[in-house]
Amino acid sequence: MTDTFEPVIIGFTCNWCSYRAADLAGTARVKYPPNIRLIRLMCSGRLDPTFVIKALSGGADGVLITGCHPGECHYIEQNYKALRRYLLLRRTLQGLGVEPERVKLVWASAAEGVRLAAEFTKMVEEVRALGPLNWPNWLQGNGYSAKIESQPEEVAA
Amino acid sequence: MSTNGKPKFAMYWAASCGGCEIAVLNIGEKILDVDANFEIAFWPVAMDAKYKDVEAMPDKSILLTLFNGGIRNKENEEIAHLLRRKSQILVAFGSCACEGCIPGLANLSKPQDIFDTVYRSVSTENPDQIQPQYEFQMPEGQITIPEFYPVLKTLDQVVPVDYYMPGCPPESHQIAAVVDLVIQVLKGEATLPPAGATIGAGESTVCDDCPRERNVKTIKEFVRIQDVKRIDPDLCLLEQGIPCNGLATRNGCGALCPTASAQCIGCYGPADGVVDYGARLITAYASVIDSNDPEEINRILDGIPDPVGQFYRFNLAGSIMRAGTPAWRGNGSEGG
Repeated sequence: MTDTFEPVIIGFTCNWCSYRAADLAGTARVKYPPNIRLIRLMCSGRLDPTFVIKALSGGADGVLITGCHPGECHYIEQNYKALRRYLLLRRTLQGLGVEPERVKLVWASAAEGVRLAAEFTKMVEEVRALGPLNWPNWLQGNGYSAKIESQPEEVAA
Repeated sequence: MSTNGKPKFAMYWAASCGGCEIAVLNIGEKILDVDANFEIAFWPVAMDAKYKDVEAMPDKSILLTLFNGGIRNKENEEIAHLLRRKSQILVAFGSCACEGCIPGLANLSKPQDIFDTVYRSVSTENPDQIQPQYEFQMPEGQITIPEFYPVLKTLDQVVPVDYYMPGCPPESHQIAAVVDLVIQVLKGEATLPPAGATIGAGESTVCDDCPRERNVKTIKEFVRIQDVKRIDPDLCLLEQGIPCNGLATRNGCGALCPTASAQCIGCYGPADGVVDYGARLITAYASVIDSNDPEEINRILDGIPDPVGQFYRFNLAGSIMRAGTPAWRGNGSEGG
């Protein structure tokens, strides 16, 4: 056991490109950190922002969304929808106090196994540097006391 | 308080504005039906009552309790537990009890900031900088006030809730319908909906009730409603670039706001099947933006200057992330 923080990152991959890229990375024995857990979707356009929020509130420290390069979507243009959702979700999460770096969108074709593995590694290191998100604890107020900090005033009886 | 054989009714306000009470009184002559069919056991806004009177009642002796307001302090929570014990049917009444509502937006600020705003901001006249203390020693003895919680919680985050009745406030005709239903149940003419159901509202979205014309939406610009010179009275507001939340909001209000050319702000909460209200709206808004260029998309999104306020105005405390506490925990690193 080491003291270094091991982030948990959920990766959403597209069946037609990035999932195969990750598979290719495995076949080619390209190494990437085990911190990233991949979930295969049929398309990045299937990615409901609820999935990202649920992952973060359930204990993930970061979420990586991957899809086909613009113009190459198996379903014609759903990756553009993913792009728009991602941009809006990032703004919303920022308003809620989550660093935008924790949620990332990466395009990767089925041939880019080496590049995707490098992106995985980069993301893990970036989130490691940010530290744990620890959202579940915040839900409970995390023991933060609402103590009033000023000194009591003298009140005439 | 006499016991006249009528079932008991209670209504309580926790962290709320009092609008729910007004909505109940606004049901007009139906309020007489409430009086004819129920004994009002506890309703601090309408009649004098002491907590110890409620404590003295046998458990489950109140048939129906409408609980409005979120759980902001220890008193709110204690009364929530007390009324849960004493009530057969506990209804989370109104947006605050269901999902946090406007008081829930305070979860974006840390408690000290809230105190500073209330007691020390420029607009507050408090020359002696007086702040209340939880405990204070008076010559007569120690006096206490209820502890303020770091975050506002919804009622069902504190105690089990039988039914949810959304709305800010719930529409009076919906309240009247629910009162009618309970009276019919008492007479054996109807049965209660399944536990955990949302009552006094529809199952679909505000869009389904909205009379405006709907087409395929392609949006090049979001505009704030006050900046629109002339709102087309017949066309969908979102198609005119006005951020309208009707897409994900439960119906039941009769689409009052969009009918009156004001955008839906989402007070009836998430529609059936919506897990996270804000996330559903993000999906919907992102889908109608007519651009594939990241820079242009960002420019269009600049038209929504406050996404959290837009998507979680009523729902923050009840959303998946519930407490927006991360905002006041800085960058989220522990020990920070």
